[in-house]
Amino acid sequence: MFYDIVIVGGGLAGLRAAIAAHDAGVESVAVISKIHPVRSHSGAAQGGINAALGNHPEGHDDSPERHAYDTIKGSDFLADQDAVEIMTADAPRIIYELEHWGCPFSRFEDGSIAQRPFGGAGFPRTCYGADRTGLYILHTLYEQVVKRNIEVLYERFVTKLAVRDLHCAGVVVQNLHSGEFEAIGAKTVIFATGGSGRVYSVNTTNSHSSTGLGVAIPYWAGIPLKDMEFIQFHPTGLDGSSILMTEGCRGEGGYLLNNKGERFMKNYVSEKIMELGPRDIVARSMQTEINEGRGFEDRYLQLDLRHLGAEKIMERLPGIRDIAMNFRNVDPIKEPIPVHPAMHYTMGGIDCDKNGQTVIDGFYAAGECACVSVHGSNRLGGNSLLETVVFGARAGKHAAGQVEGMSSTPDEEALNSALKAEKDRFKMLRETDGTENPYDIKNELARIMMDKIGIFRSQTDMESAVDEIKRLRERYEHIRAIPDTGKFNYDFLWVTEIAGNIDTALAIASGAAARTESRGSHFHLEHKKRNDEEWLKHSMYTFKDGAPEISYKSVTVGKYEPEERKY
Amino acid sequence: MAIFKVFRYNPESYEIARFQEYEIPDTESMTVLEGLYYILENIDPTLAFRSSCREGVCGSCAMHINGEYRLACETQVSDMGHNVTIRPLAHMKIIRDLVVDLTPFFDNYEKIKPYLINSGPVPDKEFKQSPKERKRIDHHVDCILCGACYGSCPVLATDSAYLGPHALLKVLRFVDDSRDDAAYERLAYVATDYGIFRCHTIFNCQQVCPKDLDPTGAIGKLKMKAVKGKLLGKLKKTGT
Ligand SMILES: Cc1cc2nc3c(=O)[nH]c(=O)nc-3n(C[C@H](O)[C@H](O)[C@H](O)COP(=O)(O)OP(=O)(O)OC[C@H]3O[C@@H](n4cnc5c(N)ncnc54)[C@H](O)[C@@H]3O)c2cc1C
Ligand code: FES
Repeated sequence: MFYDIVIVGGGLAGLRAAIAAHDAGVESVAVISKIHPVRSHSGAAQGGINAALGNHPEGHDDSPERHAYDTIKGSDFLADQDAVEIMTADAPRIIYELEHWGCPFSRFEDGSIAQRPFGGAGFPRTCYGADRTGLYILHTLYEQVVKRNIEVLYERFVTKLAVRDLHCAGVVVQNLHSGEFEAIGAKTVIFATGGSGRVYSVNTTNSHSSTGLGVAIPYWAGIPLKDMEFIQFHPTGLDGSSILMTEGCRGEGGYLLNNKGERFMKNYVSEKIMELGPRDIVARSMQTEINEGRGFEDRYLQLDLRHLGAEKIMERLPGIRDIAMNFRNVDPIKEPIPVHPAMHYTMGGIDCDKNGQTVIDGFYAAGECACVSVHGSNRLGGNSLLETVVFGARAGKHAAGQVEGMSSTPDEEALNSALKAEKDRFKMLRETDGTENPYDIKNELARIMMDKIGIFRSQTDMESAVDEIKRLRERYEHIRAIPDTGKFNYDFLWVTEIAGNIDTALAIASGAAARTESRGSHFHLEHKKRNDEEWLKHSMYTFKDGAPEISYKSVTVGKYEPEERKY
Repeated sequence: MAIFKVFRYNPESYEIARFQEYEIPDTESMTVLEGLYYILENIDPTLAFRSSCREGVCGSCAMHINGEYRLACETQVSDMGHNVTIRPLAHMKIIRDLVVDLTPFFDNYEKIKPYLINSGPVPDKEFKQSPKERKRIDHHVDCILCGACYGSCPVLATDSAYLGPHALLKVLRFVDDSRDDAAYERLAYVATDYGIFRCHTIFNCQQVCPKDLDPTGAIGKLKMKAVKGKLLGKLKKTGT
């Protein structure tokens, strides 16, 4: 198998990249995904997608510049400002395009796309379809893929990149339907594998499929990662399962309450902002309330929607109500929802430029697995879906522009050697006489990450996390053998994911331990202030001898000089 | 504690299909999907089942649980009385255990042109659509393509050419969308013996839909629209 462009990932970024590549005239495009595209994690996105359309009555003065400023300020000035400007300027066009393709956005009375307020934004600019925005956009994009007859190979699990002489020759997959390993050659590979939330296991809002493997595969192949220490905790994960209760709940007017019934956010941000602060600040405020004994059962706070009334809840937040009832037995129309901060988003990822290009020729990244960087150290709600479509489209289009001049002969040597490596690894996993349960390692990893690389981080904790993860890495060498089930060998899949989780976690923890300042989502208990003089720079991670080698790269500052963030 | 009886089958090997019993400790506030993960991670790594979001939105985990098609991730073990019997979706080839071959399901979905068709000029901004117009496609657009309806439909048990409730619901989603102008073309395509007229209005799909959608009702509406279109002479040709 050989294609001009192979896209790994069928979420928003991957599908949008495929459409762009196809529309730029490349016929030989394939989307490869370990799950069917419509099962992708993007479909779980709830609250909305940002664009300065100015449809909201209070949003008429909004503009891409204001959107850019809010994003840069939200990022605690670590975002590359040129990339942010591209994203916010392209936002209206790309949203209209989704709408023209049939995306069922909610509507205002005048028939325009409805928008709601979101955290850290100066204007209500989050376009939404009830609380199922991700589902609607994902299905719309998949429909466009079907319309264009773009090839989709689903339930193909990518486990390795074939790279030689700084050039990417393709990927190795395990075809779940047959259980066979296959090498798929390509002139260009675009990774759109999503976030790494499952590094934190159950303490995340992310799907089971959002693992660290998607960034670990290129990292193992020599492509640097960037800004991995910046992990977003969403303020409102449902108590118990950590399923997301969208920021849209607060956008629509929901309150956060402590055990005194107090809207405690007034003690942390101005009364004008209240619950709609940026996520890093709201999550820290909530954790402080819980730590200081003002939570419920020392664990959660309340998200109160009752005053919005049944009608508004049913119309704007129907999915939230279903989830709260199904998973926590709470009807938000009648009772407040128990919530706590939960790992939500990986700001960092595969280091790439504004077109998704990386240091390896023929290898691109887009979406949550990529780090362009538009979110810096803290992403604003509604900007991630936007990033996936804007930069997915850019990567697909740019790659399409390159394939013409590239060799049409597959690099068989590189492909075969990668294929052999994976077959050998499989054999080794089959025959090992180890005894460790791999899932114990997964759970242990999640505990370390939650306890030590959480919302508040101390130097001792972060360093001990690094040591502990290294020990887990050794324990992984002694896991029990996997069965040979032939087709749909999920044990092999999850065991491979765990290897990715471990090395991704090690990068996250090492980068966190190295950064002796507080910025955005990274809050260092011994260095509580941002330190631009020393730390206004991106962390870069290169995989060397089983551990990350950390270096730094400058941030592109544009119009907006870093200033103190006040809300 | 709960007992899970899980359907096991690998057409590749010579084993015969069977139900395997697993004992799962501590199932307080556990979902059926979490129970399956417990088995995979602690008891039997050979078990095959699909999942992703664990919150009822990705459509991966539709299966037959205690007599009904449900999403495993949305089903509480306690609601099943701590005795859970699981089978895969029906009417599709079993690949292994709870994993079925969804090809016919997605093929039928693709047949109905599941994308907006609008031949007019594209506006600079959005197509205007009033909240009332948007409301007409409310719910149809919430389909997660899980296949529960497909598995429950007795017509599909004997006739795989039938488009199925999921595909027909999708047709109405576009027919009812104020931005789509291919309604009659769509109606003509489904006003056939393997489309809307194959539905015997048995209501299984409506009963099992984990998202409380109403494919049976949608098919009824399509029938009415098709008949009306025919009377008005707008439905030129049926089938393709
Ligand atoms: C619950 C939730 C709600 C959210 N709500 C919002 C919101 O309202 N607004 C917003 O802007 N952002 C939101 N986000 C963030 C946003 O949804 C994600 O960042 C975004 O959807 C990621 O899209 P993606 O295309 O990069 O990846 P995904 O949608 O995660 O897709 C990844 C794809 O890669 C494939 N893949 C991964 N690894 C492999 C492999 N090894 N082999 C083969 N295929 C592979 C998967 O199968 C999948 O198809 C939310 C996130 C969560 C968790
Ligand atoms: S796992 Fe997504 S619907 Fe159940």
